[in-house]
Amino acid sequence: MTVARASRPETAPDHPPDDPVSRPSPRRLPSLVRDSASIRIGLSIVVGLFLLGILAPLLAPVSPVEIDLNQTLEPPSRNHLLGTDELGRDQLSRILYGTRTSMVLGLVAVVVAATLGAAIGLLSGYISGLFDGIVMRTMDFILAFPALLLALLVIAVLGPGLTQVLIAFGIGGIPFYARLMRTMALSIREREFVQAARALGASPFRIIVRHILPNSVAPLIITTTLAMGLVIVGMAALGFLGLGAQPPTPEWGAMLSGSQARFFSAPWLLISPGAMILLAVTGYTLLGDGLRDALDPRLRQVVRL
Amino acid sequence: MTPCLKVRGLRTYFHSGWGVARAVDGVDLELGRGRTLGLIGESGCGKSLTALSIMGLVDPPGRVESGSSIEFEGRQLVGLPEAEMEHVRGNEIAMIFQEPMSSLNPVYPIGYQVAEAVRAHEDVNRDLARARAIELLRMVHIPSPEQRASDFPHQLSGGMRQRVMIAIAIACRPHLLIADEPTTALDVTVQAQVLSLLAELKEKLDMALLLITHDLGVVAQLADEVAVMYAGRIVERGPLPATFAEPKHPYTEALLKSIPALGLTKEHPLQVIAGNVPSPLSWPEGCRFSPRCEHVFDLCRNAYPDLAGTNGQAVACWLDRVGGSTRRSSSP
Repeated sequence: MTVARASRPETAPDHPPDDPVSRPSPRRLPSLVRDSASIRIGLSIVVGLFLLGILAPLLAPVSPVEIDLNQTLEPPSRNHLLGTDELGRDQLSRILYGTRTSMVLGLVAVVVAATLGAAIGLLSGYISGLFDGIVMRTMDFILAFPALLLALLVIAVLGPGLTQVLIAFGIGGIPFYARLMRTMALSIREREFVQAARALGASPFRIIVRHILPNSVAPLIITTTLAMGLVIVGMAALGFLGLGAQPPTPEWGAMLSGSQARFFSAPWLLISPGAMILLAVTGYTLLGDGLRDALDPRLRQVVRL
Repeated sequence: MTPCLKVRGLRTYFHSGWGVARAVDGVDLELGRGRTLGLIGESGCGKSLTALSIMGLVDPPGRVESGSSIEFEGRQLVGLPEAEMEHVRGNEIAMIFQEPMSSLNPVYPIGYQVAEAVRAHEDVNRDLARARAIELLRMVHIPSPEQRASDFPHQLSGGMRQRVMIAIAIACRPHLLIADEPTTALDVTVQAQVLSLLAELKEKLDMALLLITHDLGVVAQLADEVAVMYAGRIVERGPLPATFAEPKHPYTEALLKSIPALGLTKEHPLQVIAGNVPSPLSWPEGCRFSPRCEHVFDLCRNAYPDLAGTNGQAVACWLDRVGGSTRRSSSP
């Protein structure tokens, strides 16, 4: 039987058994960034885009809303690195300010959704019973709507605008986090250390905040990061439909739809916002994938085998 | 002197779709201040559930039935509001569990977890709590506690983790420590160390200790008294070592006989108790041990004998009532 024994995959010594209890301590961020190319590239893109957005007032050559009717639809040149649009506004400035809109809004929407969703999910999972049933059926109800349809619904009621987009994605995202964190709460509340904490007189609130939440941040971070990409595309889609940012506010989706008709005569107007959306989504996806590989030892083991 | 813990007629039932599981069904216990009571019995007899009932940690569908009485230092714990119960837990009664591997939160360093236990019940600042934590870690004989305090649970061995659990449990100087199979998951040499640690701390802190185990050796080593549990009830209780020297209940006797010893051979195999613990959904009529008892007679199958006896040793067996003459001679 030596053949069979030899063919069995050996467990690498640096690879602890796949047991959540004996897994290595959460690794510090610097070593995560060093070890994973995916995280390195994704993080650079995301941080870079945030910097571009935040520093837009300093970086933009001119105001994004300054109209110059003498220089409409200029191709990229020394004066206008990305050309100008049909009103002679500098495309580079508009892209930079658009970055600010998309990145900041996307982050706020996801953070709002994740915070509310996590709170609902943790409570629901910990309390369980009838409360859990009612809350989760409500979440299922919201989940039944496609995200974009729900956003359209919110905008139909509240009217178009960035705040409404924020509300739409903030609410629309809640069920995803609620479901995730409910599952985490359900499994972690049965762990012995929770029982031990109860035996020491810890209150339910304390158990949720100090014991269940810290043990479920990894999946929360992964989901949040991956969701950022989706939300950015979703917001661009609403902008494209003219339901998000209203003129003259620069926004990637709105910029795309504005220049759609001039695809052949002025392609630079279409390429630059499209490329930015692609870059942002790629950045978040790479970061999310990398974090998942790094933070979830179960998945990592599967990948390595 | 009023006993530290006095349990009377404790019944913890599970109400499920299949019927009512009477997992703990009329348990009486008494534990004096600073004394150690060993609660023994085989798996599924309700030992752990008795402990959880005392702690008020029985989750639905389980329920401590009305009529049960758990008196702790003269105070009735059954029906105590949850907020007050939270204060009792940890402050006055603490509990350590069987699995030191998973009883610690994997995301925090151990020193932090001990300090948290201190802070949960005492109004002290972070630095003081940490100093107290290190002192507690030293008390449970963790070497170089200053360094170990920043270790995560996975960096410690099972024995060390159980010591940390004990440190957390004694952080608030409870008057009663419930140890639910504290050494089951540990290897033998470590078991001995943890047991002697428990004995030492019990003396030092003047705690009462309720030691739940199925290891008779552990009880013999540590306990002042023993209570033997079978099928949700106490079948025998009494002082040690007298009770082990002269067990009155056939179940206790059978348990003592079934301890594996060195030198067992095919000719002299391990003594076992035939059969299994019956299901709590349908306990046998009469004495619950009767289907497995070697000395069973008619009365056993019809009525349950109460726990009664003299000189501190009490037994729930008809053999004992009917008289010593029937004992050892199997009845028709």
